[in-house]
Parts: sequence; C-alpha cells; structure tokens
Amino acid sequence: MTFSIAVRKQIGQFKLDITLETGPGVTALFGRSGSGKTSLVNLIAGLIRPDHGQIVLDGRTLVDTERSVFVAAGKRRIGYVFQEGRLFPHLSVRSNLLYGRWLTPRGRRWGGLDEVVDLLGIEALLARMPRDLSGGEKQRVAIGRALLASPDFLLMDEPLAALDRERKAEILPYIERLRDTKRLPIVYVSHSVEEVARLADAVALIEDGRVMALGPVGEVFAQLDAVGDWEAGAVLEAVVQAQDPDSGVTRLVHPAGSLVVPHIEAPVGKLLRIRIRARDVTLAVGEPGRLSVRNRLKAEIVSISEGRSHDVGIRLDVGGEPMLARVTRDAVRDLELVPGLAVTALVKAVALDGT
Amino acid sequence: MTEFLSPEEWNAIWLSLKVSTVATVVSLPFGIAIALILARGRFFGRTLLDGIVHLPLVMPPVVTGYLLLLAFGRKGPLGAFFEQTFGLVFAFRWTGAALACGIMGFPLMVRAIRLSIESIDRKLEQAASTLGAGRALVFLTVTLPLALPGILAGVVLSFARALGEFGATITFVSNIPGQTQTVPSAIYALIQTPEGDAAALRLTLISIAISLAALVLSEYLARRMARGATA
Repeated sequence: MTFSIAVRKQIGQFKLDITLETGPGVTALFGRSGSGKTSLVNLIAGLIRPDHGQIVLDGRTLVDTERSVFVAAGKRRIGYVFQEGRLFPHLSVRSNLLYGRWLTPRGRRWGGLDEVVDLLGIEALLARMPRDLSGGEKQRVAIGRALLASPDFLLMDEPLAALDRERKAEILPYIERLRDTKRLPIVYVSHSVEEVARLADAVALIEDGRVMALGPVGEVFAQLDAVGDWEAGAVLEAVVQAQDPDSGVTRLVHPAGSLVVPHIEAPVGKLLRIRIRARDVTLAVGEPGRLSVRNRLKAEIVSISEGRSHDVGIRLDVGGEPMLARVTRDAVRDLELVPGLAVTALVKAVALDGT
Repeated sequence: MTEFLSPEEWNAIWLSLKVSTVATVVSLPFGIAIALILARGRFFGRTLLDGIVHLPLVMPPVVTGYLLLLAFGRKGPLGAFFEQTFGLVFAFRWTGAALACGIMGFPLMVRAIRLSIESIDRKLEQAASTLGAGRALVFLTVTLPLALPGILAGVVLSFARALGEFGATITFVSNIPGQTQTVPSAIYALIQTPEGDAAALRLTLISIAISLAALVLSEYLARRMARGATA
C-alpha cells in the first residue's frame, strides 16, 4: 500500500508544493508547526482540494486535477485521527466507535469491535460520553473509531500533541502495537523527534511547504541541521539485552558497543530505536581511561561540517549507522579530528531516550 | 370542568392549539432549511433573504395580514395557485390562520435554529466525512442532532408566538367562531360584548397558563443547550 503524491496548493500567502512517495509501515511527516504538514494530510484525506496535481493510493487515483478526478473524503477509505480527537459529543463512546463501521459495507470490514477495544484498552469506557473522558482516553477512542471504519490507510495528525508527557507515554505503546500487529500503513504527522524516532520507519522532512528530505529515520535525522542545531541528533537501533530493576536501568546492545539507559519498559530481545542528540555525544581519541560515562561506541569520522556558531558538526559511522556529534572548533584542532579517524563516542546514559 | 367553559370557548382553545401546532410543524422543515442557508451559505443576496425572513418581526402585524390577504386571498396570485393545484384554500379558513401564525413565528424559529447551527464545530462534520459519511448522512447524523437544542427552542418560540398571534390572523382570515376564532380573537370579541367580561377573563387566564408553560419549557431547553455547548 503506497502513496504517490504530487500536489500544489496555495493557501493564503502559504505555498504547498509536495512530491512524495510513501512505502509500507509508518511514514512520518516531520517539521515545525506551520510547515504545511496538516495541510498535506488534509489533502490526502480529501478535506481540501489541491490547485494542481494528483494523489494515487496503490494505483487508485484519488485526485487528478488534469482529469478532474476528485474522490470525496467519505469514499477514500482513509482513516484520520485528528489532533483534538473530534469525537461526536452527542454519541456514546460505543456509538462513536461504531459510526464508521456502520457506514462500511459488510464485505469490506476488517477487525471487530471487541478486537479494537482490546487493542486500545477502552473496554471500561464504552458506555461513557466523550465529555467524561480524559484527553488520553479521548485519543484512544478516536484511534479506535478510525480503525473500525476499516480503512486501507491511516493518517494521524499529531495525535499526541495535545497531551502531557504521561498521557503520551500511555498512548504510544498502543500506536506501536497498531503498527506491529495491523500492517496498516500509517502517515504520522509530528514535530516531536522522539515520537518519530520511536514510531516511524521512514520520515519526510517538511519545511515551508516542501519535502526537504525523505528516507529511513536514521538517515534523515542524521542530516537534520535544518531542524535546529540544538535538537539535531541521530537514531540508532539497539536490542534489549537485559533489564536491571535494582539499579533501574536497561542494558542495550548495539553493533558498535553496549549502552546503559534509564529503565525502558520492553522485553529482552526487542529491537528499540533510541535517539542520541549531537550535543550529548563526546568524542575520545584512542581508548578513554576511567570515566563515569557508561556508554561507549566505536565510531569512525565520516565528515566534519562547520556550523554557524563556534560548534562543529561531526558525522560518524557507528557499526554502519550514522550518528552525529557536536564538538567545539578547539577540540577538532587539539584532537586532530579528520575524516577516517577511529574514535570512541561517549554518550551520557541520561541522554538516551526511548520515548 | 366542562361547565367552566362554554362550547364556544372550548372551540377557540382547541382551534388555537390546532392552528399553532400545524403552523409550527409545517414551518419547521422550511425553518431548518432557511437557517442552514443563512448559517452556512455564502451567496449574493444572503442579507436580503435574512431581511425578508425577519420582516414579520418588525412590520405591524396588520400589514403582514393585509399582504397575506392580497397574495393568498381567493383572487390573489398565490391563493389561486394553491386552490387550483392542491385544492387548498386559505382565505377565511383555519388553514389561513395557521399560515398567518406560521409566518409570524418564522423569524423566531429561524433565528434559534441558525444560532445553534452556527455554534456547531464543523471539524466534527469533517471527521464524519472521513469515516465514510456523504453530505446527507453528515447532516442527518451530526449536524441535525447537534442543532437539536436550537431546533427545540425554535419550535417552542414559534408555537408560543402562534398562540398569541392576533393582528395578522384577524386581518387575513377575520374572526369567525368555530372557523377562525382563536383564543386571542375570542377574547377580543368577548370584550366587545356587554356580558363577555367573565368569559374573557377565563380565556385570559388559560392563555396565560399556556404561555407560561411554553416559556418555562423554552427556558429549560435553553439551559440544556448552554450546558451541551460547554461540555
């Protein structure tokens, strides 16, 4: 199930000009607010019309301005989870969930109410009205409502943005389960690096109404100077090796070394994506001595790029994956850092974040 | 209880309730349609339509009644059309009283419904469309239920207005006992006659009771609507 999108749309002063192909799995649309992510999702859903261009879902043309094709939103079979939930206030949770299912022809339905209720853990909410739900509960019901319309594709527009940290942590596992069990392609809009790193397979970097980069999460985030130097970082994949409840840490193993991070709720053997910000990486030449930093990864310098400030961005290769480090100009000179040099990347344990 | 009121008085009350009910029920679909157009439509002449709908509220009722007589009298263009096409006669019939009452209550009905449609979050309608609903279903399953408090308030207001309607009705369909003599017309006729005071007072009390009940109901609905909007 893939999207092929080439659209242009003028919205006031803002110009959206997007060319994008999505693959299976989760594709994140990542960028600052106001970059055009939501407009793009609304174009895909059929809530707004492009001025020019076409949108094709798996060979099925949804929009083609040249041939005057425009499939109405209700006929696209694309689920949409909105940032603010948008549950129907006059219907109970159960009726909200069944709304889309009721409109879906019998032969096209997949997944039942029980299954979705189970997946999202909303059994206890069924008889309630939306106004009696917490923000996190509303969002889970909204996800369930979209799923029960049996969509071919799911759009999620910052489904966690309106929630606090705890509520986010409550919902993320459900979205992960959805990704892992349903094989439903998802376009996930977010401006949170953490969410994208954790959920997405591919990421499209959107800026000023254009796609600036598209590719696997690790690659795109490694070249992410565009998002602001302070937040730039890379995503690594590591496997849970052991849980150590006594010291409250999780031990991960990566081809370039082992990592100790604050406790992450995950079974041993699970592949996790973790994000390491460039500013949290320290470089050492040769074998470092006795240090409090627990996480050491063998790395090789790929390139050195001069930043706007006194800092220098260094692109590393750690066990075949890209990683970023940010060091001062002085350090580059003193340590004689050059491309091709083997170094040890030191990462503070607290800098690792799975959420 | 039956001795409390004379048959003529019962007739007037029964006729008033019938006229008001028919006026409200028949005008409701038009009221919803016009309210929807005024709330959502962006077209040339919208302000003019708004003005025309509100005219009966600001014109003297006698003028409205006279215009109805000109248009819907048996020789009027619309009156002739309805008589020939549907066999429906308005002039000096209870149907004419219902027409006059419906038109006088129409601005109040449209206003209440329009306000509640304008307060609906259109994003909910978008959500319904992404779940597979076409425009008609979105309207029936989302817009209409969410506008329901306003629709009920509009119905009560229009009904109450119809119960009290006098000027346009008496001008258009006169004051024929058993035919077009509603409660207000009956009270008017009674106070013209020397021994009518007691009967007029009885009808007045009943009129007050009915109006009060309608007011209480509309107040209750308005409160429910306010609570629904904040939820």
